[in-house]
Amino acid sequence: MPDPLPSSEHRYGRRGFLLLVAGGASSLLWAGPISSFLSPLTSAGSQLVGNLFPVGGWRIYTISGSMPIFDPASWRLEVGGLVKRPRTLTYDQLTALPRAEQTSTFHCVTGWTVKNVHWTGVRFQQLFDLVQPLPSATAVRFVSMERPYDDSLTLEQLRLSDAMLALELDHQPLSRPHGAPARVILPEMYGYKGVKWLTKMEFVAKQPRGFWEQHGYDQNAWVGRSNGYGS
Amino acid sequence: MATAPDVRRLPRFSRTERALHWVHASAFFVLLGSGLCLYLPSLAQLVGRRPLLKDIHVYTALAWLVALALVILAGDRRRLLADAREIEIFDDDDLGWLRRRGNPQGRFNAGQKINVIVTAALAFLFTLTGFFLWYGERNHAFRLQNALVVHDWLMYISFFLVLGHLYLSLVHRSTRHSLSGITRGWVREDWALKHHAKWAAQASPDD
Repeated sequence: MPDPLPSSEHRYGRRGFLLLVAGGASSLLWAGPISSFLSPLTSAGSQLVGNLFPVGGWRIYTISGSMPIFDPASWRLEVGGLVKRPRTLTYDQLTALPRAEQTSTFHCVTGWTVKNVHWTGVRFQQLFDLVQPLPSATAVRFVSMERPYDDSLTLEQLRLSDAMLALELDHQPLSRPHGAPARVILPEMYGYKGVKWLTKMEFVAKQPRGFWEQHGYDQNAWVGRSNGYGS
Repeated sequence: MATAPDVRRLPRFSRTERALHWVHASAFFVLLGSGLCLYLPSLAQLVGRRPLLKDIHVYTALAWLVALALVILAGDRRRLLADAREIEIFDDDDLGWLRRRGNPQGRFNAGQKINVIVTAALAFLFTLTGFFLWYGERNHAFRLQNALVVHDWLMYISFFLVLGHLYLSLVHRSTRHSLSGITRGWVREDWALKHHAKWAAQASPDD
């Protein structure tokens, strides 16, 4: 038991420390909802100051500082390269293709995760059937409307059962921050492989290095097994 | 730097205290820099080499904890305990000083006491959330969805705290002499009498 103090002195230091630690540690439970609650505010601020704040569990990253705008009338998805029948799809033509749904976890390479994300979209096999890749094609280069963002996945990876060209998130058409009108989803890999604001798919013989790969990130961005994780 | 012969010096921070401060400060800036390069797309793009940056971040955190432990084990623990006791107690002068009444202060003023307490709590919480981020990748049972959000919040808080600290110790004319205490170990007696009058009145000069 510490000695009693004169009435003019108070033991505040340890108490203050413990209160701060308790408040901070408990925020592991409530930080998510608060962060979501603040998201309308932080999403506007985030774009202004270089994507500093999380938005509703998601963090919206851009490489150019602004998000491309989707115009349904003028947007096209060009699907070409090493294929028998190159196609240029309008938004209506894309949304008319058979739909698939899935609920999966989204992992970002920076460490955040969003669980139970419901995606609706088109399996890549549907697009393969449409354009018929040549035998020499081994991968697809995805090009974003946000230049110069691009990335690629092998045909084998795109045939995984939960690889998808997503058009809807949680039953709503993809919003601008989430890559409207179409983005690539492969839940087994970190999000940088999932090109947003997609405008072009190019079938290629050799898998090229995408935007982040050219900055030293792993080509095969398996969750927990790449980019310094799980090593 | 030479001082006029009639300026008396009061020893303010011992080698152990200064070592603790600089271990913490240098690790903080390496962790902040590497953390921002991992987290902000604009910096990640500029620097690249994510696995290397991640190693720098994780190993600096480990080195920081080991170095803190070494300073405490090998340094002047009695002095550190005295610091802790000083920071634990807030007297009426401290409370008055916080209300801007200009009450005389001890070796740490009330603002510095609060800074130490908040910094210690931030260090603990950074370590806790950082552990969950690191271990959560290896064992998904420990992957807490909010750990990164909290780690980021701590970064914002500590970033602005450090900005204020740097302003007072490097820029603000009246307080910046305090830097001498944490670099050379001593401060001028006239400065101490103005800013830390209760301590200066009892402290013995260095000469």
